[in-house]
Amino acid sequence: MLYTDLNHIETAAEHQKVISQNENVMVICGRMGPMCIPVYGIAEELSEEYKHVAFYDMEFDIPDAYVIRNIPEVQGFMGIPFTIYYKNGKVVKATSSIQNRQQVTAILDEHFAQ
Amino acid sequence: MNHYDTIIIGGGPAGLTAAIYLSRAKLKTLVLNQGAIGGQMVLTHEIANYPGVASISGYQLANIMKNQAKSFGTKIKSLGEITELDLQSTIKKVTIDHAETFTADSIILATGGRSRTLGVVGEDTFKGRGISYCATCDGDFFTDKEIIVVGGGNSALEEAVSLTKYASKVTIVHQFDHFQAFEHAIQEATEHPKIDFVMEATISGFYGDEKLGSVDILNLKTQQTERKNIDGVFIFIGYVPNTEFLEGKLQRNAWGEIEVNPQMQTELPGVYAAGDCIVKRYRQVSTAVGDGTLAALSASAYLNDLKSKK
Repeated sequence: MLYTDLNHIETAAEHQKVISQNENVMVICGRMGPMCIPVYGIAEELSEEYKHVAFYDMEFDIPDAYVIRNIPEVQGFMGIPFTIYYKNGKVVKATSSIQNRQQVTAILDEHFAQ
Repeated sequence: MNHYDTIIIGGGPAGLTAAIYLSRAKLKTLVLNQGAIGGQMVLTHEIANYPGVASISGYQLANIMKNQAKSFGTKIKSLGEITELDLQSTIKKVTIDHAETFTADSIILATGGRSRTLGVVGEDTFKGRGISYCATCDGDFFTDKEIIVVGGGNSALEEAVSLTKYASKVTIVHQFDHFQAFEHAIQEATEHPKIDFVMEATISGFYGDEKLGSVDILNLKTQQTERKNIDGVFIFIGYVPNTEFLEGKLQRNAWGEIEVNPQMQTELPGVYAAGDCIVKRYRQVSTAVGDGTLAALSASAYLNDLKSKK
């Protein structure tokens, strides 16, 4: 259970719906641990500024998180959270492990510029 | 109106406590925070020694403190970086992200600390691709793999032992010829059959393609380097205070910690500091809360004094 203030994705079907119904999506797939919590916190704050981006989290250890764990872009990843950025349903960027606010905003500004 | 009675830089337990005290005293208070509110406290899975609370996650405690501060009127603003800072003048000035400027009659620095990195070639590239700073987060990615743990303190030795649940072999690389850890932690690590040691050495480079594949281990006595194939490296080499932005503006010690008196006053009038960024021995949530309380009460007294002189 991820007790963040972000919207949660709990099934593969929900994941598909989110990325198909939103142009710009950021999904943070992790646990309630030291590398993940700061990224959730950054996303919570940025959700106020980046209204054109849909921010979600997904629990890393649930079976349906295969939709994140199996995508080609994360196959070299060995640190959570896996953070995936989708544009029109396609992966445009993926990062592994903790990221700071500047790193996240740089990606949002590059790929989801209005 | 971007003028406040007090600006608090940092939203960990010290900063949030100061915010609670100041805003409850009806002083206009702004917290400028970088990253997740709660600072390093949110990284603690369970806090079981915070007085009055039997057990709580750091994340939950941080949220309670944040909401408590906001309920009294504290404004909290997140920032990327501080791009201009004037602590010397009577009216203090903070500019964030080259964009927005805030002024205040007093400042509390509660910037906390962060995990120390090695700062060598390849460390950024392979973070999350073989380099980790959290055994409980990433340990299972290294099941049946060979890994290195860098460090010689309690965290390094305890995490090395915990990583033996996953890894086939753990090599501890430490810069000194002795450990800076409790005896029981040293004994558990040194007696563990899966753990080897390379003393008086450090990692001087990380290499690989998609993932980390090898490291250079530098022998600090002979200055000779050996390339070693490895699947993962966990780094536990302590913490550094987040005070680089104060360079040339405020007195800090050799480790970058801010020097304060027992009332949390710095050398500059109206400027206080609290929490993990100050010179002190014990860094706990409860000590940060105490520091934050003192800093807020001192700032409050300073503001009263300022008003009485006007």
